[in-house]
Amino acid sequence: MSDLQAQTDLFFVRRELATQEAPPAMTVGPAAWVKRNLFSTPGNSILTIIGIALIVLIVPPIINWAFINAVWTGTDRTACIAEGSGACWAFVKAEFAQFIYGRYPDAERWRVNVMFALLLLGLVPMSIPSAPFKRLNVLYLFIVFPVVSYYLLTGGFGLSVVETPLWGGLMLTVVVSYVGIVFSLPAGILLALGRRSAMPAVRFVCTAFIEIVRGIPLITVLFMSSVMLPLFLPQGVNFDKLLRALIGVALFASVYMAETVRGGMQAVPKGQYEGAKAVGLSYWPMMRLIILPQALKLVIPGIVGIFIALFKDTSLVYIIGLFDLLGIVRTNFADPNWASPETPATGLVFAAAVYWVFCFAMSRYSQYVERRLNTGRKR
Amino acid sequence: MTIQATSPSAPRVERPARSSFLNDPDKRGYIIQAVLLVLVVAFIWWLGHNTAQNLQRLHIASGFGFLNERAGFNIGQSLIPYSGDRSYGYALLVGIINTIEVAILGIVIATIVGVLVGVGRLSSNWLIRQLATVYVELFRNIPPLLVIFFWYFGVLAVLPNPRDAINLGLGFSLSNRGLFTPKPIFEHGALYVGIAILVGIVAAWALSRWATARQMRTGQQFPSFWAGLAVIVVLGAASFAATGAPLHFDIPVKTRFNLNGGSQLGPELVSLLLALAIYTASFIAEIVRAGILSVSHGQTEAAYSLGLKVGPTMRKIILPQALRVVIPPLTSEYLNLMKNTSLAVAIGFADLVAVGGSILNQTGQSVEVVLIWMLVYLGLSLIMAVLMNWYNRKMALVER
Repeated sequence: MSDLQAQTDLFFVRRELATQEAPPAMTVGPAAWVKRNLFSTPGNSILTIIGIALIVLIVPPIINWAFINAVWTGTDRTACIAEGSGACWAFVKAEFAQFIYGRYPDAERWRVNVMFALLLLGLVPMSIPSAPFKRLNVLYLFIVFPVVSYYLLTGGFGLSVVETPLWGGLMLTVVVSYVGIVFSLPAGILLALGRRSAMPAVRFVCTAFIEIVRGIPLITVLFMSSVMLPLFLPQGVNFDKLLRALIGVALFASVYMAETVRGGMQAVPKGQYEGAKAVGLSYWPMMRLIILPQALKLVIPGIVGIFIALFKDTSLVYIIGLFDLLGIVRTNFADPNWASPETPATGLVFAAAVYWVFCFAMSRYSQYVERRLNTGRKR
Repeated sequence: MTIQATSPSAPRVERPARSSFLNDPDKRGYIIQAVLLVLVVAFIWWLGHNTAQNLQRLHIASGFGFLNERAGFNIGQSLIPYSGDRSYGYALLVGIINTIEVAILGIVIATIVGVLVGVGRLSSNWLIRQLATVYVELFRNIPPLLVIFFWYFGVLAVLPNPRDAINLGLGFSLSNRGLFTPKPIFEHGALYVGIAILVGIVAAWALSRWATARQMRTGQQFPSFWAGLAVIVVLGAASFAATGAPLHFDIPVKTRFNLNGGSQLGPELVSLLLALAIYTASFIAEIVRAGILSVSHGQTEAAYSLGLKVGPTMRKIILPQALRVVIPPLTSEYLNLMKNTSLAVAIGFADLVAVGGSILNQTGQSVEVVLIWMLVYLGLSLIMAVLMNWYNRKMALVER
């Protein structure tokens, strides 16, 4: 033992770890991050400089316009016509109620609020995957809510009647897109089933309908439903302008839905069809119990994509004379009370922000669902 | 149902007799189809009958005779000479040409911007990546009609008068009357330059064919792209000089109230084009990004290990494979853009729908006008789909 002691006295043996050197300066910290992500090559440096130039060129004017030079208060156009003034937020503030409710009577606007609340009541638990009672929830969203809102918004059961020409703003946008969604989902599923049917006549009728409507723009469909529908119907039968637009939107959305659902049905393996038949299921039970649940689950992101497109497309109803969010902004900035060079841009930026929030939320939700579904299919 | 659909080609198996007529799927199928067809035909007949009655009641003549009548309305922007004295049919033609013009210009701009942004989203440069992401997330979530309004009412309408137009340089200037550009004027002899350039293009194409064949045979490379470009430029420049420079630009000149000369893209066209291109580009960017991501990274590594540089790797290995994924969704984006040109009607650009709408209001020939709309849009969709499918087949993977 002492022998060993003597040896270790003679030789140096390190007993504790050496203190760590700091890593080279250019591999950690913000400087390294900048070098790696912004200036790794000469080409990248040039791109970074172009990017910074773009930001310098675009961002400060926007901030100046939207905040620093913006007019926040005022009762009419005089506040906003000053030379060099920016966004006329006073206009948005003054017309805000119109942008949301259109010309819905002041005293009755609580009905629209109740409708929004009822919608949220159904949508929130529906979008949380772990929330219970999904079947009842679907029933509520597709049947109970539309019927209740119909009476709530148009009147009846002691509520005063509100004519549809008074509807407008965000409320109309929500109504049109919601009706489109509620109608297009079942109609789209039926059309998709028809297009994949073994019966040639059914297949032909569905395919022809889908391809014709898919080949023409929504505006022509809307024109058709607003101009031709009165011609198509017998004399004396007359439709509300809003209803005509709803029919057009619903038809248009359902053919896109049909194509999405068809994609999902094609992705279900053939063995599922054969298995369903082998256990003796006939057509409808097979579709209802085996194929459609799988197919629809596969295309949830696609369906949400159609909802987003539909929500944006509802802005076209303005062209046939309805005042949805975009339409009411458009008519209000032509109002002589508020006409100023900045009013149109301000109103449109506000509308864009509303549309953006809705669509962005939906697309994020769709990405979340996609990730969630993917984990189930990963092996 | 596909299983049933494939069964007729299979040998017919003798089935046992069903207990009931109604329980036999085949017979039931015939009945369902017959009922459906009768219903559809009856529905269409009912619509036609009502329409005929309504038209008679409103004293609207049916048929396409109105196409020869005098239109009477003006069209702001037209590629072919037009005046209100021309017929409705001719006005519709102007509308169709305007639609096609916007669609083609829009597709070109949207593709360039979309590809740049899509590649930018995958850039190794953090800043560029963020900028591209902001672009995509911002513009694909805003309705295109709103963007059109924004450019038209929010930006172009509040620009200065042509008198104080914003000079963009090179003779381009922007004002509330739209974009003024220099107009190329071809003089006598320009035709020969065109022919020379055409000859150059053919020669370059032949050169690249020869270079490819030689590389296949011997492995030797030839810079066919640069050589071809040189051939085209030299031929073009030489003929340009030889014919005495038969081209000059008519640059818009400021007068007291307006800009004279040059050519003018009206504010309607500019805002429509900008909005559609920006909107569609955000979708194209996502398609391009997905396409490039779909090519596995192993392909890049394999190309590098074979000694290919970054450029050829992208051109010869990644892009051809990405294109296969990109083309089908790109086709549908192009179709969407073409259909979205109909938004022109909201700001009064005379596209097919706007012209049709004016005619519809003047004559009440709604059935015919809607039919024309449908036929033209379906026809354009079909042409574009055929072209893109041809390109798709050309690019498709050739498997053994």
